[in-house]
Amino acid sequence: MTTQHYRQEVLALTMRWVRRLSREKFSMLFTLVQPMLFWLIFFGNLFQHAADTQVFQVENYMSFLAAGVVIMTVLNNGLSGGVDLLFDKENGFLERLMATPIHRTSIILSRYLFVITITSLQILVILAVAFLFGVTPETGLLGVAVILFIGMLFGIGLTAISLALAFSVKSHGDFFSVLGFLSLPMIFLSSALVPLAAMPGWMRAVAFLNPMTWVIEAVRPLIISGWAAALPQVAIAIGILVVFDAICLYGGAQAFRRAIG
Amino acid sequence: MSSSLAIEVTGLGKTYGTLRAIEDLSFTITKGEVFGLLGPNGAGKSTTLRILITLLRPTTGRATVLGHDVVQDAAKVRGLIGYVPQERAIDRFLTGREHLVLLGHLYHLPKLEAQERIKNLLKLVELEDHADRIAKTYSGGMKRKLDIACGLLPNPQLLFLDEPTLGLDVQSRLRIWDYIRGLRDQGITIVMTTNYLEEADLLCDRLAIFDEGHIRVIGSPKELKAGLGGDSLSLTIHNARPDMLERLSAGLKPLPFIRETRTKDNVIHVKVDSPEKSLPAVLEIASRVDCQVETIEYHRPRLDDVFVAYTGHAMKGEFPEVESE
Repeated sequence: MTTQHYRQEVLALTMRWVRRLSREKFSMLFTLVQPMLFWLIFFGNLFQHAADTQVFQVENYMSFLAAGVVIMTVLNNGLSGGVDLLFDKENGFLERLMATPIHRTSIILSRYLFVITITSLQILVILAVAFLFGVTPETGLLGVAVILFIGMLFGIGLTAISLALAFSVKSHGDFFSVLGFLSLPMIFLSSALVPLAAMPGWMRAVAFLNPMTWVIEAVRPLIISGWAAALPQVAIAIGILVVFDAICLYGGAQAFRRAIG
Repeated sequence: MSSSLAIEVTGLGKTYGTLRAIEDLSFTITKGEVFGLLGPNGAGKSTTLRILITLLRPTTGRATVLGHDVVQDAAKVRGLIGYVPQERAIDRFLTGREHLVLLGHLYHLPKLEAQERIKNLLKLVELEDHADRIAKTYSGGMKRKLDIACGLLPNPQLLFLDEPTLGLDVQSRLRIWDYIRGLRDQGITIVMTTNYLEEADLLCDRLAIFDEGHIRVIGSPKELKAGLGGDSLSLTIHNARPDMLERLSAGLKPLPFIRETRTKDNVIHVKVDSPEKSLPAVLEIASRVDCQVETIEYHRPRLDDVFVAYTGHAMKGEFPEVESE
């Protein structure tokens, strides 16, 4: 196995995901548009007047919501990152790939490259749409880069969970049940939609244990406050994500080995 | 190990929890032959195939493919073999050509060589005109052809086919059989699983009959059938008296191509070696001893009979599902 071979495999497999997405135009549209349309524009405008500026600490609810929508997108993309491999497993394509002399990790790596690229593009589109509604990130372009980096770190762990699930479940029915069970509580038991301070006590306690909260608490000041407020939060988030990713990757690797060996 | 061996399997076993999928299998496959793994679903043939193509690790025993251990040298084995999975393992959003290009990269083929091979393979399986259509629009037979082209892309010395004609219509099935014969003529060793007796009979040089995780018997279809005691001939005699049948039996016994005779009521059962010699002779002797033959039944053992003889039960399902071309 040379690095040249490895690069050839990973590139070809990644291009397959890109090609598939471009063939599924309908799905592509939904993937890209759904989070900003639904959450950012509808939710943002709907709650603009209901939102109490005392609670949210900002004039524009959308500027508060932007961080939540960015991270919800990372959550959804990450948790569904394994779906295509699950379908490959179910229709035998994965077996065909595994019977070729490729390095086992190139399939996983291709999936990561694809999910991270798509997610980053979506984050940029969301921030652009928010910008049109008057939300300008206080930390500028460098802040946007940090948001992309944090999103990527969070996405790595989430995709690992999704892949582990894909390799462990019996059918895609099971997969989507678990996914649905996982994703909504992750959103509502975090500070995506309302600040921690405004939550009932028990919810706040649970939200503290949700890594998603910490990620949002780092992204939000990057958008609405500035570097001074954001830096300590970013440091905490990165620390938490490193641990989170390590656990998820370990679990994912175990599931992968069990399924393949 | 001898270089004429393509595959050598010793004491192979695979257990899932408490379920024993296969147990203590040992066999060899010679280079250049078409070897069939025949048996009903769940008999262990797919498990065996998956171990040979390195997708499953055996629990016990070992297997070598072209001299390489399927566990220790898995990557080496993968590079030498071609595999056509049982399911239509097709990405419905890719075109036929894109499938082959993708696999070309996964086998690390240089670009020009990949292009050349893809062109030839598309021609071989008659998909040239459909190569740039999305596989979603392919018929069952076309998907199978693409599957086979994918299996042949690495230019393998050894090709594994898992249920190559499952669910295909008659026309596509015949076409696939032609390809398989063509590949054998090129010297490619072929290992295939099937649960169609007819397919095994027509295509395989040798086959292993699987049942409940064990191999019951291995041999060529001809040997296996001959092993059941040859063809049998049953004559019903009009107005038969016991002494007539005895005289007939006595007249037949000395003939070299008659193996045994058995009488029951007005019927005489004769095991014979060849129909060409036995039929005229039997009829001639019958008329000489004044036996008037009412009906004649000639039965040549089929693979079904072999299967029943070695497993104790019939194998169900001749070409059940059909998908149109």
